[in-house]
Amino acid sequence: MIQVSQLTKRFDIRTAVDNVSFAVEKGEILGFMGPNGAGKSTTMRMITGYLPPSSGTAVIGGRDIAQDGLSARKMIGYLPENAPVYREMTVQGFLGFIAEVRGFAGSRRRKAVSDAIEKCFLTEVGNQSIGTLSKGFKQRVCFAQCILHDPPYLILDEPTDGLDPNQKHEVRQMIRNMSAEKAVILSTHILDEVDAVCTRVIIIDDGKLVADDTPDGLRKRSKTHGAVSMLVSEALPEGLAEEIGRLADVSEYQVSDDPAGFRLRAFPRQPGLPIAPQILSLASNRGARIQSVFVEQGRLDEVFRAITTSDAGDSSTRSV
Amino acid sequence: MRIQESSNTVRALLKRELAGYFTSPVAYVFIVIFLMLIGFFTFYISRLFEAGQADLRGFFEWHPWVFLFLIPAAAMRLWADERRLGTMELVLTLPVTTAEAILAKFFAAWIFLGICLALTFPTVATVSYLGDPDMGAVVCGYVGSFLMAGAFLSIGSMTSSMTRSQVISFILSVVICLFFILAGYPPVTEAVSGWAPSWLVGFISRLGFLSHFASIKRGVLDLRDIVYFLSVMIFMLSANGVILENRRTA
Ligand SMILES: Nc1ncnc2c1ncn2[C@@H]1O[C@H](COP(=O)(O)OP(=O)(O)O)[C@@H](O)[C@H]1O
Ligand SMILES: [Mg+2]
Repeated sequence: MIQVSQLTKRFDIRTAVDNVSFAVEKGEILGFMGPNGAGKSTTMRMITGYLPPSSGTAVIGGRDIAQDGLSARKMIGYLPENAPVYREMTVQGFLGFIAEVRGFAGSRRRKAVSDAIEKCFLTEVGNQSIGTLSKGFKQRVCFAQCILHDPPYLILDEPTDGLDPNQKHEVRQMIRNMSAEKAVILSTHILDEVDAVCTRVIIIDDGKLVADDTPDGLRKRSKTHGAVSMLVSEALPEGLAEEIGRLADVSEYQVSDDPAGFRLRAFPRQPGLPIAPQILSLASNRGARIQSVFVEQGRLDEVFRAITTSDAGDSSTRSV
Repeated sequence: MRIQESSNTVRALLKRELAGYFTSPVAYVFIVIFLMLIGFFTFYISRLFEAGQADLRGFFEWHPWVFLFLIPAAAMRLWADERRLGTMELVLTLPVTTAEAILAKFFAAWIFLGICLALTFPTVATVSYLGDPDMGAVVCGYVGSFLMAGAFLSIGSMTSSMTRSQVISFILSVVICLFFILAGYPPVTEAVSGWAPSWLVGFISRLGFLSHFASIKRGVLDLRDIVYFLSVMIFMLSANGVILENRRTA
């Protein structure tokens, strides 16, 4: 388990990470979200022992990163932001070097390197020097570096940043394949990614933890969660939309043109209120020719924006 | 157990570092410049052959001055580059202590400088062919020069950890090295002795490289000089450690 307690980092005057606490268990993939500059990388640097915290602790598998950093770092695989690598080394040479530093020798070392190369689809470039590889390959080389010792804890800082959609898919696939018996923290500002791989999400904004939930749980906070979207062919019966709008549980409605007729969207007064039955009976009573109806699940990007821009004045002055 | 582990770590880091020297053309350029400068000063300025004396004082004489510019140049990339490329974050989040990382880098660079020094050996061979120099003195000169190179290098390593810019590291390092050279340089000590109390003059000149190198190049290897150079290295590398611990910013 990774246990982060009241972690705080102050740089001169600005507090980059402010009293952040959370825990990650084995089997979980924790999505660490937040706008650029929110403090994701700084938090990860403290968890991996690169930056000393101003206050608070990170305990990895029972070892405090500040007190017993060496043992803690043995259990961590870390992919730093922008995937730094020694460009002049070959892929084999680089991974061999990491394995050696991690205490692998002889045949164990060769096996660790070849396993990592295989898992990260690097076989074809094994003897190429890393500087000549494309961005996607470089990212995978650095990823191979962090899983080489089969660590129980993986910390990945924007693992898919700058990759094309296919490469993103591959990296996510690798993370999912690997996560069963690991605790994974991955930072991202890509919402699809959270949906695609994460079992839990925390959001930080301006250094503060503002949400800790499952992707579904977060989506339920969206104001479109439970909204009803109905497609009606031909004409909309006179006054139907207004009538729906007057329902006690409906907060507002929209009507828009659609090639097949009209689309009516009604939003619940509170996320998740079941408004569909009332709307359906009303519409069929009025003889509307309903083509299709669905209940919206809510959207992460809405929730994300609502949570992280509540103090927008602050974030505009943030960039350093 | 821990010592075993630690030395394995240092060896792994050192191997990578040293291999890095010989895969880059910069290292070869460096070697050539080093040999040319040493050769130029020795034969053209000191006129070693014409001086008629079969010792190597005219050869070792110039080492501090050549080191003054070349060693900061060799050391400037040590940490600055890793900081700039982000690989410092990679290495220092492996199970590696700051001390191991510093020692590995330092020893790799020192070995490289040792190789450069060893390549000046043809000079020695020529002199011993022409004359009959005291081989003990020659060995002593090389040992002293190697120690002094280590002291210069530790300064360069320290300044390199302060910045991500190699140029700034180079300049800082030259300035500090120059201070260490001038501290024992007779014209400077004389100027200072005009007004400063004699204990201060003595202290400053003992702080300098030249006074410690002076007896070495005559062929006298004094334990105090060895201790002096080692202390400079230990001090600078410790400072290097403190800087790295405090300035681990990306
Ligand atoms: N070494 C540093 N010195 C001063 N400020 C820093 C340093 N590193 C990061 N910051 C600031 O801390 C804040 C958080 O940065 P970071 O953790 O990189 O954000 P994220 O990874 O979420 O984009 C930013 O405002 C950044 O400018
Ligand atoms: Mg970041």
